[in-house]
Amino acid sequence: MLVFFPAPHVFHCEPTNMAACSVEELLAKAEQEEAEKLKSISVQKELDLEFDVGNLLACDKNRIETRDLREKKRNDFLRALARDNTQLLINEIWKLPTERVEEVIVAKLPEQTTRLPREKPPPKPKPPTKWEQFAKLKGIQKKKKTNLVWDETAKEWRRRWGYKRANDDTKDWLIEVPETADPNEDQFAKRNKAKKERVAKNELNRLRNIARAHKVKTPGEGLLPKAQQSKDELAKAVSVAKTSTASVGRFQDRLPKEKPPKNSGKKRKFEPLIGDFNSEKQKQLELLKIMGSKTPKLDITKAVNTQMREEDREEAAARRRKGAGGKGRKGNTAGRGKGKGPKGKGGKAGGGGGKRRGKPGKH
Amino acid sequence: MRPLTEEETKTMFEKLSKYIGENIKLLVDRPDGTYCFRLHQDRVYYMSEKILKLTTNFSRDKLISVGTCFGKFTKTKKFRLHITALDFLAPYAKGFGVAAKSTQECRRVDPMSIVVFHQADVGEFIRSEDTLT
Repeated sequence: MLVFFPAPHVFHCEPTNMAACSVEELLAKAEQEEAEKLKSISVQKELDLEFDVGNLLACDKNRIETRDLREKKRNDFLRALARDNTQLLINEIWKLPTERVEEVIVAKLPEQTTRLPREKPPPKPKPPTKWEQFAKLKGIQKKKKTNLVWDETAKEWRRRWGYKRANDDTKDWLIEVPETADPNEDQFAKRNKAKKERVAKNELNRLRNIARAHKVKTPGEGLLPKAQQSKDELAKAVSVAKTSTASVGRFQDRLPKEKPPKNSGKKRKFEPLIGDFNSEKQKQLELLKIMGSKTPKLDITKAVNTQMREEDREEAAARRRKGAGGKGRKGNTAGRGKGKGPKGKGGKAGGGGGKRRGKPGKH
Repeated sequence: MRPLTEEETKTMFEKLSKYIGENIKLLVDRPDGTYCFRLHQDRVYYMSEKILKLTTNFSRDKLISVGTCFGKFTKTKKFRLHITALDFLAPYAKGFGVAAKSTQECRRVDPMSIVVFHQADVGEFIRSEDTLT
């Protein structure tokens, strides 16, 4: 710590009387002043003061007479005492090494020797993280790892993690596509995405550890404080809130137009083990009858769907044709291709409809 | 143990119909008692209701098998028919044959070679006189 003070300043009283003009008197006065100055600088004390110059602290353990603290002389005594002790402290400061910084003498203060008490209470021990709990359970010790790792490709020592780390697989300029992978897949993007996922997962776990340490309740189910909630999230939050009652939501009132919740639980519901044998038999016989009748049941819906898709595609093609300035050829091939599409699965209705649609596509 | 769901029943019946055709209803609806299919750890068992009622006394991990095992459902929900079902399928089988070649050979062989022998019993020639050429 550095201390600035403009000029050597010594506490002393200015002589008020300047009447005498003779040289002798002047000399005497000057001598007197000198003596006074010196006297002012040196202070006699019974016990030496204890100094902590780093804190600019001086401790005076000398005894104080009670008669000095009487009413009349009290202020003067205290002032004199303060002046003396401050003088001693300044003397100590002058003993330190000084340097001149921009026409100012500056002293370099040493380290503080007084131990100051804590400003705030000591931190509470953090609860162990999930990994720490697991490691303690399994008896896994922390292994000291080297800071730098040899990077074979770069032929130099690189840090184990962080900026410009060794063996960074996202920085490969050449990646062989494995045989089992889709040839159109972007391997570089795949690696980058995997890295982002790892980073996000790490961040999530870190925040969860912090939340657990501060005993902040994180919503496992329910609304997270986001700007925009999606419809699914809100619906889920509503259903969770509804079932969070003592009767698990059975007697909760519903809004006038609210539909009763479908079975949104994870558990599948099966028929009871010993149900009604006759009804079971009937169901199975009906199933056999349907299977045996050989009429395709779902094909109607399939045909309708394919028909609708066809119509949509035709509309899109017509729009494109108009936009492209009536290039008929493009429309033709599109129409014919679509006409041949749903023949296989659609059954008669779908196939016929598709074929019929194909013809106007030619124009 | 639980009864089969609609999809599981459908898959199983489709498989059985390949072997016994229409006669599955004779398995479902039997004159001599109510029999049922139950699923236990992905295996389908065929048993009478009397046995089923006795089975309720066993816990899941202690129960190994009930009645006859018809087959099992694989991880991808396909139905695999087991040899233990033969006794029930045999009376209603669409046809019987003996494999002429092993499975591996059958795959590699040309289209015109013989893969199945139909071993007739003594009276078959007389029984199906009209249908045989």
